[in-house]
Amino acid sequence: MDESYTDDHLRKILRRTKTVACVGVSLNEVRPSYFVARYLKLKQFRVIGVNPGYAGQTGFGDQIVASLGEIPAAVGPVHMVDIFRRSEQAGAVVDEALDALLDRGLQTIWMQIGVTDPDAAARAREKGVDVIMNRCPKIEYQRLFGELRWGGIATGIISSKLK
Amino acid sequence: MSDTPTYGFDTLQIHAGSAPDPATGARQTPIYQNTGYVFRDADHAAALFNLQEVGFIYSRLTNPTVAVLQERLATLEGGVGAVATSSGHAAQIMALFPLMRPGDNVVVSNKLYGGTVTQFSQTIKRFGWEAKFVDIDDRGAVSRACTKKTKAIFCESIANPGGHVADLESIAKIADRKGIPLIVDNTTATPYLCNPIAHGATLVVHSTTKYISGNGTAMGGVVIDSGKFDWSASDKFPSLSEPEPAYHGLKFHETFGHLAFTFHGIAIGLRDLGMCQSPQNAFLTLLGCETLSLRMERHVANAKKIAEWLENDDRIEHVTYAGLKSSPHARRVKKLYKKGAGALFTFAVKGGYDACVKLVDSVELFSHVANLGDTRSLIIHSASTTHRQLTPEQQEAAGAAANVVRVSIGLEDADDLIRDLDQALSKAVG
Repeated sequence: MDESYTDDHLRKILRRTKTVACVGVSLNEVRPSYFVARYLKLKQFRVIGVNPGYAGQTGFGDQIVASLGEIPAAVGPVHMVDIFRRSEQAGAVVDEALDALLDRGLQTIWMQIGVTDPDAAARAREKGVDVIMNRCPKIEYQRLFGELRWGGIATGIISSKLK
Repeated sequence: MSDTPTYGFDTLQIHAGSAPDPATGARQTPIYQNTGYVFRDADHAAALFNLQEVGFIYSRLTNPTVAVLQERLATLEGGVGAVATSSGHAAQIMALFPLMRPGDNVVVSNKLYGGTVTQFSQTIKRFGWEAKFVDIDDRGAVSRACTKKTKAIFCESIANPGGHVADLESIAKIADRKGIPLIVDNTTATPYLCNPIAHGATLVVHSTTKYISGNGTAMGGVVIDSGKFDWSASDKFPSLSEPEPAYHGLKFHETFGHLAFTFHGIAIGLRDLGMCQSPQNAFLTLLGCETLSLRMERHVANAKKIAEWLENDDRIEHVTYAGLKSSPHARRVKKLYKKGAGALFTFAVKGGYDACVKLVDSVELFSHVANLGDTRSLIIHSASTTHRQLTPEQQEAAGAAANVVRVSIGLEDADDLIRDLDQALSKAVG
């Protein structure tokens, strides 16, 4: 059963987030995780890539790290963890995030399209962390802030206000 | 796509997709009559060409005026996205193109608009595609016609001109079992009278030339995707599930999820087939769309009154209007068309071919036109015009036999239209 989220809730999350850790990010330019990380960087989010395969390399303006626990203190608060892993592996990432980042400003755990783990989501919500599952932050950002409209996509946004 | 409560049809037909113009505050959607768009810098251009960002490159692909129409129609049909095309015929090719490879086939209803029959039975063969025509009411026949090479089932919601009402839910179930999409041409019903996606369709196509623009002013078509089909569930749809060489090996379904079909339609379909809708036509179609529900209510009321009058006239053999109590489709209409069964139908005239030709020549208010869905009432003898290319058997199956004329009932005073038919029938039949 897919969870539903109001546009206001998604807007609030995307507006308050400044730094995103992308777990499972790729530097291959045609991978969805590359699309998302590059886009978030373009929209002025700070993007910390997390992938042991690329650890030490620079991507999206910062050094890529092997795990959430290895994000340098100098990065400052990490507001959101975006998970590009299979659902079976998402729970472990959630636990790692709660362990390493709860006292570093963690506000949101976001699981990409096709990724869900309701038990892990419940564990995170118990700690006061918002959880979004089976959505893409790039698509939601584009939908809520106007860009997707240019591609003929039904955004669900009805407004007579000048933006 | 949005999880926020939605609005009623009357609100959406005016507001969906059209916020005030961000550049000027213009409240009506402006006509962006331009071809190219300035890039911020080389990186921006590269990102747009790589599909990493959504934006404007060239009006063959995306255009702000056309995009409003796309979002509006996607919203009205309950889809996730839409691609507007130069005509309804173009929309049909654009719907099939991502699904089909040479050697593939599509199982289609034998009760279709004659132009579609010709497009499917003749022209698409040149792409190496095949259409297998079946009686769409015969579930066994539909099911048996589907082979490993079948990539879609295609029907019209209310067939033009015969008024056959497709049992969308049962056809959708067959498509589901076969792991292929159901494509529904919803031109004659419009999204106001029927939403095929709500009854299981994957893709909806329209000729927007008809009721949606409504005034007989602008050619156009659209393909709307429900966003519900899993293109990667099998190896049947490599254009959407496999790496795309023209985009460095990007996989559309993996990258764009439920928006894959729409983005493929822009990035491959419009890019390479080039059947884009003009901004001027999109603007005219948007104007028409704003009053769609009001017009359809009158179209339906007029059609019902005229069909009932014809049914009781001695000069008429039969009337195919699906909204009549006597229609063999009455049960389906009750279930699928609570707001009415459209305004396009045929009637058979005593006196056959010659009487039909005389009738068409004798009307004064009805216009002899090969179009439908106009504010004006239109009449045509399909067998000698739109369905001329078909064999007599095909004409019969399509509901366009030699003794039949088709009418598209407009928004005039119904009594005036009845008077016009009455005097013309007197001349034709006596």
